[in-house]
Amino acid sequence: MSYLRPDIRQRADELVSLYPQKRSAMLPLLHLAQEQDGYLTDEGMAEVAELTGTSPAEVRGTASFYDMFHLEPVGKYVVGVCTNIACLLAGGEELLDHASKTLGCAVGATSADGLFTLEETECLADCDIAPVVQVNHRYVRTTTPDALDALVADLRNGRRDDEIPPHGTLIRVRRNGGLRAPRAQVAAEREAAQTAREARAAKETK
Amino acid sequence: MAVLTAPKIVSSRSEYADSHSMSRYLATDGFTALRKALSMHPEAVAAEVDAASLLGRGGAGFPAGRKWSMLRKAPVSYLVVNGDESEPATFKDHYLVEREPHQLVEGVTIAAYALQVSQAFIYLRGEFALGLERLQQAVNDAYEHGALGSNIFDSGFSLDIVVHPGAGAYICGEETALIEALEGKRGFPRIKPPYFPAAIGLYGQPTVVNNVETMANMPWIVNNGGAAFAALGQGRSAGTRLFALSGRVKNPGVYELEMVKNTFRDIIFDPALGGGIVGDKKIKAFIPGGVSAPWFTPEQLDIPLGQDEVAEQASMLGSGSIVVLDEDSCVVRAAWRITKFFSRESCGQCTPCREGSGWLERIMYRMEHGGGRREDLDLLLDLCDNIAPGLSWPPQQTTICVLGPSIPSSIHSAITNFRDDFIAHVDHNGCPHD
Repeated sequence: MSYLRPDIRQRADELVSLYPQKRSAMLPLLHLAQEQDGYLTDEGMAEVAELTGTSPAEVRGTASFYDMFHLEPVGKYVVGVCTNIACLLAGGEELLDHASKTLGCAVGATSADGLFTLEETECLADCDIAPVVQVNHRYVRTTTPDALDALVADLRNGRRDDEIPPHGTLIRVRRNGGLRAPRAQVAAEREAAQTAREARAAKETK
Repeated sequence: MAVLTAPKIVSSRSEYADSHSMSRYLATDGFTALRKALSMHPEAVAAEVDAASLLGRGGAGFPAGRKWSMLRKAPVSYLVVNGDESEPATFKDHYLVEREPHQLVEGVTIAAYALQVSQAFIYLRGEFALGLERLQQAVNDAYEHGALGSNIFDSGFSLDIVVHPGAGAYICGEETALIEALEGKRGFPRIKPPYFPAAIGLYGQPTVVNNVETMANMPWIVNNGGAAFAALGQGRSAGTRLFALSGRVKNPGVYELEMVKNTFRDIIFDPALGGGIVGDKKIKAFIPGGVSAPWFTPEQLDIPLGQDEVAEQASMLGSGSIVVLDEDSCVVRAAWRITKFFSRESCGQCTPCREGSGWLERIMYRMEHGGGRREDLDLLLDLCDNIAPGLSWPPQQTTICVLGPSIPSSIHSAITNFRDDFIAHVDHNGCPHD
């Protein structure tokens, strides 16, 4: 029984079939698990482990290396404010302080109503419109405290949900071409190769 | 006066609002270069790139043609495109991926043909949600158009491109760390040698890793010839390059300029480019090529935007990102924030980088926020010297990758050029700008 929702599980299976080795799908699969739950749950990571042929510990160990993966619940909207060099020179620290007051939560924390998590980010590579703010990894281009307050009001009312979808940087990414062979065939071949490798390894250790 | 006569090679479609669409791409010579390349011998395509003298646009500036020639001919080899753009104040690849994604796909396909590789990966920074959508759409468009997949344009050449999302880690821009991430692991840079993944790369197979902008140059080089590309620029710096300008300038943005023909003064002050300093203040300092690079002062404004020209002045053109500090900018705060970045992003494998960055950050913090001491200046430089012995440029290396030796640049530059600012922070017991 799959823990991941059927639609997400299907995308996960497709992703695994794109790579010569299953483990390569680790980062995209973690994005998918996070898309479903908002953060990485034990169950989600266990299924990623199964899909990538690794252990849950290896999955957690990998996930904890990367800033975008949350190992604890986060708000519906993850607000990131950059304070790195270009943003620093444009008032990034002040905007982050302001965001903290507006959202009613400390940097790194989630608001009491569970709507917002505030993060201080490193450079988000949009430095000509500084300070840079992202919500769920969408550039919102609010560079002043007033613009940020207006954005937060919109988010509270759900007015920006079309352009700022929930968690998941892959939520609107779909691959509809590719693989020269049918996915099922590729998956079967890779499975057979994996089984052969494991059998060989088992033989060698005996 | 800025020299703006060179053709736009990678940003030619920037004037169109729909530059990311397949229809616009096809209407503006899209995929003509790929058709031409497929009619040539793969080695002839590689020879054009070699003739172009294209230096890699990621940061290290290694000749792309030479990197290709190191690829061992093996039954399985891979092309990996580095779109993890995370060097602070660098935003050119973000620009290319969101605005001209098809050009990147065509460039990758041309390169794969030249290298005779049938599997390519484009590793794109995970925070580029829109970029990921547009790039995947461009890949989908190319498959539908017959420009990708099996038997491309009936040439017999086949290629599969997988768009791979990163997940937030500066270090994954380092090519061996990127390969680890692509293998589904923590982004730990690999021990060298081998120095290049061309020997042992993805899954232990020969692999070429090239930057997004490097790939975006391919269609123009094939259509116009390597010689035409090499005719632009000067010396070792051929062609044009995207420069990302940010900080205290009136018109920050991405500018495609011919290499060497313009100076830092041109890009920062020309009305058609940076437009000068906000509020017409004085410029205090500028970072010439990403925060790993040693800083320049106003006396160095007339240095040309070229690889060797900047290297001769003991810094680097790096990722092509220029950050401008004005007379009111606090250099101590700037250096502290850059150091904090390195401290957060150190992968933790090597002691000088892992521990050194944290120690430096804490000393810089108290310098900026109160509690700094005069003797901290010597302590900072001593710590920097332990990470990159001699504090020379290019730096000595004590670590697996170049993140470590990049840490001292900002602190060393700030103390060398603006020692009085540090003393003022000590005397004021915090930042006098606050």
